[in-house]
Amino acid sequence: MSTPVPLFHARARLLHWMMAPLVVAMLFIGIGMLSTTSSAYALLLAIHKPLGTAILVLVLLRIHTRFRHRPPPLPSDLPRLQRRAATLSHWLLYALLLLMPVSGWAMLSAAGYPVTLLAGIRLPPIAPHDAGLFAWLRGAHHWLALLLFATFLLHLAAALFHALVRRDGVLASMAPWLGRRRR
Amino acid sequence: MPFSSPSPQSLRRLWRRRRRVITGLGTIALSVGVLALAFAWTAGWLTPSRLSGADVADVLERHNGEHPGFRRAHEKGVCVVGYFDSNGRGQALSKATVFAPGRTPVFGRFALAVGSPYAPDGVPAPRSLALDFSAADGSTWRTAMNSVPLFPVGNVRDFVALQRATTPDPVTGKPDPARVAAFMAAHPETRAFNALMASRPIASSFANGGYHSINAFRFIDAGGTARAVRWSMLPEAAFSALDRGRFDAMNARDRDFLFNDLFARLRREPQRWHLVVTLAAAGDRTDNATVQWPASRERIDVGTLVIERALPEPAGPCRDVTFDPLVLPPGIAASDDPLLSARSAVYAASLRRRSGEGPHPGAPGSAPATLPQESQR
Repeated sequence: MSTPVPLFHARARLLHWMMAPLVVAMLFIGIGMLSTTSSAYALLLAIHKPLGTAILVLVLLRIHTRFRHRPPPLPSDLPRLQRRAATLSHWLLYALLLLMPVSGWAMLSAAGYPVTLLAGIRLPPIAPHDAGLFAWLRGAHHWLALLLFATFLLHLAAALFHALVRRDGVLASMAPWLGRRRR
Repeated sequence: MPFSSPSPQSLRRLWRRRRRVITGLGTIALSVGVLALAFAWTAGWLTPSRLSGADVADVLERHNGEHPGFRRAHEKGVCVVGYFDSNGRGQALSKATVFAPGRTPVFGRFALAVGSPYAPDGVPAPRSLALDFSAADGSTWRTAMNSVPLFPVGNVRDFVALQRATTPDPVTGKPDPARVAAFMAAHPETRAFNALMASRPIASSFANGGYHSINAFRFIDAGGTARAVRWSMLPEAAFSALDRGRFDAMNARDRDFLFNDLFARLRREPQRWHLVVTLAAAGDRTDNATVQWPASRERIDVGTLVIERALPEPAGPCRDVTFDPLVLPPGIAASDDPLLSARSAVYAASLRRRSGEGPHPGAPGSAPATLPQESQR
């Protein structure tokens, strides 16, 4: 018999679906601006910094929500390995979502760039102006971004696997409009 | 029969389950594949002809040779420190706080637009003055100006083609004349630039030369009105020209004569320039740095740049900074010149590379260790 699936807290769902398009867009903007010297560069760069700051605020709220409201339990018949992978990849996502904006902010600080958001709104530097530190942070920002994109693809694949193959309601616990019944 | 054959219903159920798994996995593979492909395309991994900042840095490295720790262009330079005294007249054009009457601290860099940090100073190459104005309200204005008011090409693709055409052949050590000729034949704007370079007297000092914004920008006043502008730093020191015919003799006497002259002048007294803003008239092109505006355009002196001292790069504030033309305060904005994005992207690539390579040993002054460590009044 089918049972209704337990849902993520409403605030967790709201933050998840606000952040999902922003984070994916951010990854494409970041890798895209590196690829070009056309006028798109200036535009993408101008979006990247305020958007990254917005994501930083959202991820802090998201992590706060995660500690306040435990996510619904995974289906009891989920194999141990998949359960492990789910837990690990979620903490990896939280860590990367936090590290990306922080490393971006720190790397601009270390490079001596003003961290300009919109219309002259600036963030203070959070790292000393230091070329060696910049090189390290810049590398970290780049490789963590690729890792985040890979983790996002894994996350998406897992969500679809739950929805299309296992049909166990795990995706519906974040997206209740998909129908809240386990089959 | 030892086994009972499966019923048609259970077979159908099994088939339905298998189909679900196959279409499910197919959908997942397709979704992930399409996203990964879109990402690869966005990253430029599928479009080798798209020019990134790193691609242009590669082209410059091939043209100039590799000089780890140095900028990828204008390699030979020194840091300078001083201030800008605004006379307040710029406020009518731009709300940038740097134009309010008063003083803004400035640091920057004088450089030769040559490909090697160890090149002699007696070369008919453009020179540059890059500046950072850090206003009291925290806003920053960076500008990298050249001694020639024009750029040889109008876009980054032509820039790359020019660099490639003039890259020295590893065997002869000189560019292939046929490639150079082919490029010049196709680029009247570069011929015009070269003609200007050949006819312009070359200043005898960094201190008595003018420096120009090259690109157009927009000044935005307090009322929100935007005006297309270019700017120049014009020297107070009296102009005198170098004799091109004596470059060899001058280099033989002192390869770093220009930089040594700058240090010597600054030991005697601060050097001054006037920041002169040129206003575009209707119809003046703002998207092409190879096109000059007519000399009759209105020019406004908005203040005085005072350079007080020079420092070798390892000891100064300029080495680990990009004078990115898109680092602009409120009141100054980019124009539609496509070179601005290109300069910003390439400068960023240059900073990434040289920062990763570690600080350079310092030049001028490292090859021929002749420069004083610091010139302080």
